[in-house]
Amino acid sequence: MQFSEAWLRALVNPPLNTTQLAHALTMAGLEVEGVADLTPGFSGVVVGEVLYCEKHPDADRLQICRVGVGETDSLPIVCGAPNVAVGMKVPCARVGAKLPGMEIRAAQVRGVESRGMLCSARELGLSQDGAGLYVLPADAPPGTDLCDLLALDDKVFTLKLTPNRADCFGMVGIAREVAAITGIPATLPKVAPVLQDTTDTWRVNVLESAACPLYCGRVIKGVNARAATPDWIATRLERAGLRPLGAIVDVTNYVLLEMGQPLHAFDLGKLSGALRVRWAAAGESLELLNGEKVVLAADMLVIADDAGPQALAGIMGGAPSAVGEATQDVFLEAAFFAPEAVAGRARRFGLSTDSSQRFERGVDYAATRVALERASALLVQICGGRPGPVVEAKGSLPERKPITLRLDRLARMLGFSMGTDEAALYLERLGARVAPAGDALLVTPPSFRFDLAIEEDLVEELARLRGYDAIPAQVPRAAVAMLPVSETLASEADLAERLVHRDYQEVVTYSFVDPAWEATLNEGGAPLALQNPIASHLAVMRTTLWGGLIDTLKYNLDHQQSRVRIFELGRVFHGVRAQEQPRRLAGLVYGPAQEEQWGSPTRAADFFDLKSDVQALAAGLEFERASHPALHPGLSVAVSRAGRQVGWLGALHPRLLSRFDLTLAPWLFELALDALTAQELPRYQALSRFPSLRRDLALVVAEDIPAASVLDVLRSAAVPYVRSVELFDLYRGKGVEPGKKSLAFRVVMQDTERTLTEAEVEGAVTRMVEAAQSRLQAQLRS
Amino acid sequence: MNNPNDIVAEALAAILGCADFNALEQAKARYLGKQGVLTELLKSLGKMPPEERKTAGARINEAKAALEAAIRQRREALQSAELERRLAQEALDVSLPGRGHARGARHPVTHTLARIEALFRSIGFAVADGPEIETDFYNFTALNIPENHPARAMHDTFYLHSGELLRTHTSPVQVHYLQGHQPPLRIIAPGRVYRCDSDVTHTPMFHQVEGLWVDENVSFADLKGVLADFMRSFFERDDLAVRFRPSFFPFTEPSAEMDIGCVICGGAGCRVCSGTGWLEVLGCGMVHPNVFRHVGIDPERYLGFAFGMGAERLAMLRYGVDDLRLFFQNDLRFLSQFR
Repeated sequence: MQFSEAWLRALVNPPLNTTQLAHALTMAGLEVEGVADLTPGFSGVVVGEVLYCEKHPDADRLQICRVGVGETDSLPIVCGAPNVAVGMKVPCARVGAKLPGMEIRAAQVRGVESRGMLCSARELGLSQDGAGLYVLPADAPPGTDLCDLLALDDKVFTLKLTPNRADCFGMVGIAREVAAITGIPATLPKVAPVLQDTTDTWRVNVLESAACPLYCGRVIKGVNARAATPDWIATRLERAGLRPLGAIVDVTNYVLLEMGQPLHAFDLGKLSGALRVRWAAAGESLELLNGEKVVLAADMLVIADDAGPQALAGIMGGAPSAVGEATQDVFLEAAFFAPEAVAGRARRFGLSTDSSQRFERGVDYAATRVALERASALLVQICGGRPGPVVEAKGSLPERKPITLRLDRLARMLGFSMGTDEAALYLERLGARVAPAGDALLVTPPSFRFDLAIEEDLVEELARLRGYDAIPAQVPRAAVAMLPVSETLASEADLAERLVHRDYQEVVTYSFVDPAWEATLNEGGAPLALQNPIASHLAVMRTTLWGGLIDTLKYNLDHQQSRVRIFELGRVFHGVRAQEQPRRLAGLVYGPAQEEQWGSPTRAADFFDLKSDVQALAAGLEFERASHPALHPGLSVAVSRAGRQVGWLGALHPRLLSRFDLTLAPWLFELALDALTAQELPRYQALSRFPSLRRDLALVVAEDIPAASVLDVLRSAAVPYVRSVELFDLYRGKGVEPGKKSLAFRVVMQDTERTLTEAEVEGAVTRMVEAAQSRLQAQLRS
Repeated sequence: MNNPNDIVAEALAAILGCADFNALEQAKARYLGKQGVLTELLKSLGKMPPEERKTAGARINEAKAALEAAIRQRREALQSAELERRLAQEALDVSLPGRGHARGARHPVTHTLARIEALFRSIGFAVADGPEIETDFYNFTALNIPENHPARAMHDTFYLHSGELLRTHTSPVQVHYLQGHQPPLRIIAPGRVYRCDSDVTHTPMFHQVEGLWVDENVSFADLKGVLADFMRSFFERDDLAVRFRPSFFPFTEPSAEMDIGCVICGGAGCRVCSGTGWLEVLGCGMVHPNVFRHVGIDPERYLGFAFGMGAERLAMLRYGVDDLRLFFQNDLRFLSQFR
């Protein structure tokens, strides 16, 4: 809502300057988003009347004028404007006047005295028009200050209204609000019914009185649609952001702005038969005032005549019955449409009109007929015409039910108390009726406040009028109880930190992704698609985080990064139920394992770098070769923990490289977050006082036997005092026949009770070697 | 040269002149060895008359002790020179960079969320979570936003073909949590939210933190206290100005917007605060009784306050980021600034 400050001050004028007024409105909940200053960059300019003109004897283009400025003596002014003419009213900058960039002094112009300057709009800084003098209305009184004449000493306020404050969509409402905030009474326009000048009327049948509980209208015959809109109305409309569109529409718009009541004028000559307020038949169509042809649905209220819908009720009029310059007779409508009957409909056509905005939120039905009279009076005053009687169809209007306001509840909610007298004073300022009811108050809200329905609403009003600043800020008291800090559940932040410490950068990518990418990367199943995606490449919900990571990789490769190590924590979406939206942790590694550096050779990150990163996240992860549609089958593993498959690790499948326009395959992993969080509480075990012994054994096995199988066999054959068996070397080449590999294991033995004998140590090793020999055909390498 | 004094003078000069251990050992042998000069002198004592023998013996022994001490000193000097040499040789250019990998970083928005969580946890708020694909009921109806309510128009909702939607705010977590827990309770719920809007100042996905405190006597004054404390702690400025303005949210009544004094210009007015000196940072209010009724909590007995804030907005203000879209571009040159 945008409006002229001068207009507001004509209705209520508290002793506050513009800044204070804007602050008061903001702090009362009517946020002032902006104040635009219209004050021009000139002073000392008055209306001048050109009384006399004569060509300058020594200059072809100059005229010597006498200019009347409402004083006994006229002023001699030399003027070079091409359009200067006797009788015209023009801006006259007197001696001492200031214009943008200059000050007017008395001067001799080629030997002729000049005591002022006649101005173009450009010279005044009002517009770019510098072709000639700015011609003022013929009735402008000479000597009047130009700022006053053009009402330029004004500012435009822009309010950001919250949806509950429908009443402030009109100047009267804002004035009432200012009065309530400041205690300075408002002077609202007095509206008397116009005198009936014809008995002509038009039939209206309201078929849906629940949707349209009040419909008022009247015929006005013989209007002059070409009449000029008075400046004061045009100025107020323009400052509210509305273009003047002809007197009839300007009047309806003016009353809309003034009273918040949308009105519509039909060209009576274009209507056929009685008007009916009814639901549209599905498929009916209507060409709207904006030229758009819309197909209506059965839940849209229309004003129709015999020919069909003529207006979309409460949203926009129709083009066929619109008023124009040729209009002679009008039917002026002011109605109250129930918010439920209008809400949401305009949006379906991508519209938000001045009318729909107001009706959706609630229009003051008690002022509907008043607004009709106000518009009638202005119309007759400007366009002439003979008004007929008001046709009114009234159903059951909303009722404002009394609300009990308990001041002890108010105190409990707000943390400060207010007496009944103070509360009653504020509520009455809002236009509510207040009656005492024991310790409480019985409050009946005014018709224009659709947002006051329950006790809490009144509590807010009182807090607002007293001022939120007046409510103390206090530190609450509450029972202190410690929050659990689990040691057996790692937090997401813990897991993220583990990757951060391993040189991964966290990223956040959109949860909606490119459908084509998604199809390439997911394990199967159709992803959930959005009805209204913001862009076609953000159209489906991701089922893997890899798409976003690859996209981030590509963005950074395009921006001169050659080494990318990133991870993301977030949900994937397999279905709409909560349990189908699990959280995942995924990572991508591309380029060298370490930043190029002087102290170690540069090498590409490989599978085992990633495996180690993943192993750092949680203990007990198991890796088994498996194939995933997006991963290289020889370089991918399914990751599981405690028997449950929890994710994947591998290189992007080579056939997808061109798909993603990459030359090297990134390494990827993705894990279910809930599977990583469980961790064991450390359990102390006594340290042995006896020495530990290490034996290394190298076993030669066939190339296709996984190292993990050899380890499993050795560990299962280990006697209790074998503390650990670890692989520490892998060798192929000289001394090992082709097709085989040598694996070296470190076996550490220790007993808690005594020093082991040589025989025991040898026995334990022999047992393990024999198991490897018999189960894996391993040979001990000498 | 039978005078020990002469020998000592000559030997001391020789010892001092030794440049390494080898020379020193040779000098030692020459004077103190089995056939050394002093040893020979000592051997010659037997040929002396007994009355001279004693004094001559004493003088030789003195000379021997003096030479031994000189040799020891010289040896120590050579050792220490040797150590110096080795230390100098082993010294490195310590200005070379350390080896190994650097440290990554968390994303500035998740880092901000973590800070917000930590601050609220410190006064006993638990952290709650909820789904991002929501039903109309949780996102709107249960929060007192009936169908066709004008507030829905402000939400620019993404819908799935199945009718569900992407949550437009973290407020549905309030409803989920209240369905499963009895008051008194206090929680925050950080997470992703979605709005069908994309321009210079909007991204279709962003992060919010919802907060809720329900107890028998929680008031608007408490809300003001907690949130002012939070903002001052978050920005680490005890003198941060705050103000509360009436506003409207369907799920709170009374409702407020919270502004803080502009942290960029200090309140003087700048581009970030549009010259007002104030920054809108948070919406809040007392829980609407209809929200309590939807989850079976008696609004006569319990009161509560709720609040919601945008994590990106706070991160931008905290770190001076001037373009929201940077957070989702994931440019490593941007992200690595938050190490």
